Amino acid sequence: MKSHLRRRAENKIMTGLMFLFAILTIIPLISIFAFVITKGVTSINLDFFTHLPKPVGEPGGGMANAIVGTLLLVSLACLWAIPVGILAGVYMVEFAGPRIASTIRFTADVLSGIPSIVIGVFAYSLMVLPMRSFSTISGAFALGFMLIPTVLRTTEEMIKLVPQTLREGALALGISRFKTTIHIVLSTTLPGIITGTLLGVARIAGETAPLLFTAFGNRVWSTNLFEPIAALPLQIFVYAISPFEDWQRQAWAGALVLIMMVFVLSVVSRSATKRKYSFS
Amino acid sequence: MENDTIETEMTAEQTMTPSLEETRKVKMFTEDLKAYFGTFRALHGIDMRIFSNRATAIIGPSGCGKSTFIRCLNRMHEFVPGARTEGKVFLDEKDLFKKDIDLIEIRRSIGMVFQRPNPFPTLSIYDNVCAGLKLSGIKNKSFLNQAVEESLLKAALWEEVKDKLNHSGMSLSGGQQQRLCIARALAVKPEVILFDEPCSALDPISTGKVEELIHSLKENYTIVIVTHNMQQAARISDYTGYFYLGTLVEFGATKKIFTNPDKQETEDYITGRFG
Ligand SMILES: Nc1ncnc2c1ncn2[C@@H]1O[C@H](COP(=O)(O)OP(=O)(O)OP(=O)(O)O)[C@@H](O)[C@H]1O
Ligand SMILES: [Mg+2]
Repeated sequence: MKSHLRRRAENKIMTGLMFLFAILTIIPLISIFAFVITKGVTSINLDFFTHLPKPVGEPGGGMANAIVGTLLLVSLACLWAIPVGILAGVYMVEFAGPRIASTIRFTADVLSGIPSIVIGVFAYSLMVLPMRSFSTISGAFALGFMLIPTVLRTTEEMIKLVPQTLREGALALGISRFKTTIHIVLSTTLPGIITGTLLGVARIAGETAPLLFTAFGNRVWSTNLFEPIAALPLQIFVYAISPFEDWQRQAWAGALVLIMMVFVLSVVSRSATKRKYSFS
Repeated sequence: MENDTIETEMTAEQTMTPSLEETRKVKMFTEDLKAYFGTFRALHGIDMRIFSNRATAIIGPSGCGKSTFIRCLNRMHEFVPGARTEGKVFLDEKDLFKKDIDLIEIRRSIGMVFQRPNPFPTLSIYDNVCAGLKLSGIKNKSFLNQAVEESLLKAALWEEVKDKLNHSGMSLSGGQQQRLCIARALAVKPEVILFDEPCSALDPISTGKVEELIHSLKENYTIVIVTHNMQQAARISDYTGYFYLGTLVEFGATKKIFTNPDKQETEDYITGRFG
């Protein structure tokens, strides 16, 4: 009887503790959100989205160039990194032997562990120095490197879930190995791959360090791929540490916009899982 | 047709005399077929004939190599990592293990239906049926439409799905899914169809339908079917091979195997005195 009561008490205490820790992990997230929203909402206005930054000391202006810059940088990074990640992941599971597969997996894990600043330096020495200019493409190059491991590992995990009988079913119809991989295996797992990939994209959208010596930032309007380009995280960084109140205000607005972009991406990634029953 | 069957069975009943080969055309045969998983040998040299437009049943206790055997016939065996084969498999005059053989062509002439229904989950019923055609480059809409209808009709599924061809293949019942997989195999116009325990995941009514279907397919196709169900083997097959521990113990007309087998082991297995 005693031991029964004791067990019940222990149960209660443990459950209570776990609940407490669960709350503790949620609090930072919620407070960051609340903080950024309250600070950001009051600073945001139409000008913020449509105007360029004003020269030092002049009030007003916005971050139109940085918003467009971030969109451009992230799209370009996706353009090269997503195909590379998916193809490498597919190759790893479907075609590579166990040795090569584990080598690729190890490389991807190491890559995802490299500090983002180091990736920035790498892109700097590989692209910025030879081209003698900070540029959009070097920024996209650096961001892409941060995206590859996520895409590759997501693809690998998803494709591993495809039952062998599905591949055999396709092969038994005289469908080639390649077409089986693309039309049966990959199309079956695409929703999962998209979800994982978009979460990765959301992460790189907020990266600052890889852009410091690649995209560099730009106070004027530019979408030239071979010139420095503005980006939200860079602009937030510069404005937040500035002594001007108006700039600090805009940094909050920038932070809010960035968070909203990431949020929208996460939501889209979850709804992208709708299926259709036809060849694309 | 009716006469023809009876006649064959009569001839076959005189067991494995040369006259058997004369009466029926051999569609496929294996010679000293050995199959390995890594270093483990699952088949120890199988010599077997598969007669044209007849159903051949493969029976035997679990793990004796039935699946391995039929997976050698369409070279699906070697898809398993580390698996390989030795010996010979012929389809008509074609040596399937020859180096420069076109695997895709082989698999188009030898279809396969698996133990568990495995429709392609992201595809509609329509696309499931014509996947083999579409993915080998056929785009002609009216040709595809016709192939889909024809295959579903042959698979006795047309009436049940004709109004929902664009629904997911997964929306069907297990038995319907299996018939969908049969339709899918028929669409590429194979000459031989291999069935690996096609009814083991189905209820008795679906089983009946699939059996009936296989029976009707004999007219135009050569059938090989693995089954654990003795009654099923007796009902739908013309020839039966009994496998045990990776060897072919006995092969002959189903009637003979089930009523008067040559080997004691065969009789023990069939009468259930075994395992
Ligand atoms: N992927 C594999 N790797 C290693 N050995 C295997 C593999 N698949 C089958 N085997 C072995 O090969 C032998 C034959 O297996 P097979 O699947 O052909 O048996 P089966 O007669 O089809 O059995 P069942 O009636 O249970 O389906 C068995 O001893 C089995 O353990
Ligand atoms: Mg089996």
